Amino acid sequence: MGTISMLFLVPLVVKSQDFLKGSEVHGNMQADATYYLADPKTGITDSTLAGELIRMNAFTEVNYSLGNFTAGLRFEAYLPPLVGYSAQYNGVGVPYWYVNYKNDFIDVTAGNFYEQFGYGMIFRTYQEWTLGYDNSLRGLRVKVTPVKGITFKGVYGVQRYYWEPYKDYNRGIVKGFDADFYLNDIFKSLNDAKVKLTLGGSFVSNYQRETIKDIPSDGKILALKLPQNVSNYGGRFNLNIGDFNMFSEYAHIINDPTAMNNYIYKNGDGLFTNLSYSKPGLGISLMSKWIDNMSYKSDRALTNNMLNINYLPAITKEHSYALASMYPYSTQPNGEAGISGTVTLHFPKNSTLGGKTGLSVTGNFSQVNGLNKKQVSDTTYIGQIGTLGYSSGFWSVGDVVYFQDANLEVNKKFGKKWKGIFTYLYQTYNKDVIEAHAPGDYGTIYSQIGIADIEWKITKKHTLRWEVQGLWTKQDKGNWAAALVEFTISPSWFVSVVDQFNYGNSVASQQLNYYTLGAGYNYNSTRISVSYGRQREGIICVGGVCRYVPATNGLTLTFSSSF
Amino acid sequence: MKALRILLLLAIISSYSFAQENVFTYKKLPSVKLKTVKGLPYSSDSIVNNGKPVIISFWATWCKPCVRELTTIADVYDDWVTETGVKLYAISVDDSRSMTLVGPMVNGKGWDFTVLLDPNSDFKRAMNVGPIPHTFLLNGKGEVVYQHTSFAEGDELNLIEMVRKLNLGEEIK
Repeated sequence: MGTISMLFLVPLVVKSQDFLKGSEVHGNMQADATYYLADPKTGITDSTLAGELIRMNAFTEVNYSLGNFTAGLRFEAYLPPLVGYSAQYNGVGVPYWYVNYKNDFIDVTAGNFYEQFGYGMIFRTYQEWTLGYDNSLRGLRVKVTPVKGITFKGVYGVQRYYWEPYKDYNRGIVKGFDADFYLNDIFKSLNDAKVKLTLGGSFVSNYQRETIKDIPSDGKILALKLPQNVSNYGGRFNLNIGDFNMFSEYAHIINDPTAMNNYIYKNGDGLFTNLSYSKPGLGISLMSKWIDNMSYKSDRALTNNMLNINYLPAITKEHSYALASMYPYSTQPNGEAGISGTVTLHFPKNSTLGGKTGLSVTGNFSQVNGLNKKQVSDTTYIGQIGTLGYSSGFWSVGDVVYFQDANLEVNKKFGKKWKGIFTYLYQTYNKDVIEAHAPGDYGTIYSQIGIADIEWKITKKHTLRWEVQGLWTKQDKGNWAAALVEFTISPSWFVSVVDQFNYGNSVASQQLNYYTLGAGYNYNSTRISVSYGRQREGIICVGGVCRYVPATNGLTLTFSSSF
Repeated sequence: MKALRILLLLAIISSYSFAQENVFTYKKLPSVKLKTVKGLPYSSDSIVNNGKPVIISFWATWCKPCVRELTTIADVYDDWVTETGVKLYAISVDDSRSMTLVGPMVNGKGWDFTVLLDPNSDFKRAMNVGPIPHTFLLNGKGEVVYQHTSFAEGDELNLIEMVRKLNLGEEIK
């Protein structure tokens, strides 16, 4: 569209004022900018900063809607990307734009879109700004609802990979189809039935043009024959009977030799099941997840976190307190078997255990093990390139513990002005497996964590909050203590001071304080905050994706707004 | 450059429409498919309250300030409903990792308001929500009259005060 044609549009737009009645424009934006400082104690020197002292990640998304029609775009700028984000983001542009038309029968999107089939083990595209993750599909999506209770979805496109444009089959072309049936809506006789049932099924195929890959192995060149079309398919159901709920999804990937699985020709399988029971005052959830060789990307040569077609979240509890999330679990797509159980109890006001103000307790336990992988023949070692890799019985569980987490959280009010959340955790973290080190490099870390989070409502608008945390371990970096003080004035202001102290580090020079001072201001949906201090290195996980963040020191300004 | 042109076009369209009405006000919620905590289909079109104000709060089980906000509101929610007739819809953006925990948690904590699931953030995106918690207040006509990001104790008083104003027919600035 040239500038001249735009000029023609202007009078057209003016003329169509009545037509445009009912238009809405909305959007949101965020900018995170940091001024980095050298901090030799954490290994940050002028030479590692390399003069790039100021860095910024920012985006603006604008959506326009008129009746059944919506269009939007997102502009992103990484100038250069913040420390911890891939350098491949360096740049500015519009990686996301779409037009959509939607009515009760059909929903069509051209451009980029985010979509999920069922639980996501077969297909999910999504964006997580804080992680620098975006695997949106660019192409076409059609959703059809022929009758109430039935939905068909079709997707066709290529995934976003940083700023790299799609050309000459430099990544796979993804096609997918999903059908979803809610039986109680479809059959009138079931409308008011106590049993509610949803069934679904998906099929996804990824095309990559390459047919032969030469890979050096034991001093020879192995010419691997590659499948061009790799499919992932499966089904799911959701059954609801009164207070009980059961959900399950199964997925199967046809052999897909990739850099992730060391180019083996084994099929992939995955099964997720959740069983829950809840009534007022009691909630129970039991989950199990078993996945074997389930990595599915639209570029088989890739070993980083990008271009995932399916979504394999961890089923362990996601913690947000600083020390509780020091050792977070991340899914091992090549194979893991996990369970997780959560119980939430609430004792209401004026009950024996609830006292005058009520009491809430949440307990959670999760464990993830490796699979029991066996050699396919005496001459083939497990995971050998170009072979079937290994054999593993369906639902097999190995002896190696990858992760375990037992935790208990108690929420209690003390009168009208005081509240407390007390948490205890015991975690087992197999660092070698989770962070992909050689076996025996770091071993397994066993840690106990205790957290007290106390809130004092001084007046109706002024609140002071403290966190005191301790992490005790004999392994890795040893013991940590952390404290936070936060003062808020509703609805606009906050100031906070945080310190994390690695007092148990066996290297005396590494017994560092990681302190941060922060302040912020909110006005409606606009938020500005400033923080200054030293950040410890760590792993940030949101959903199923984790990102390593190196230690930094500096002044950070964050701005976010939506309208 | 393409982006700049589209932005320019949007700016032109909005400035002309602006002359007649405020295009930056949500006059109608985007129509998005959600799920109930039992995994059953639910449309955002059903977020209504018979001409009374509605509060929509985006949250997640792993977001501490969100849970603090909803716990605070849960304590006074019965009084709010009796006094003003307001209705709260809490939209959980927990994805597959934790969405099956939402129902048991909400029930376990005894929260009385309607909780819905938005597992791939479709509604969150359609409402242009960035960081959570993010709260919207809708008047009886279903127009968004106020939104707020983050939570501090005391914000809930501000919110119910605005609900009272709406019931009295006063403007929210």
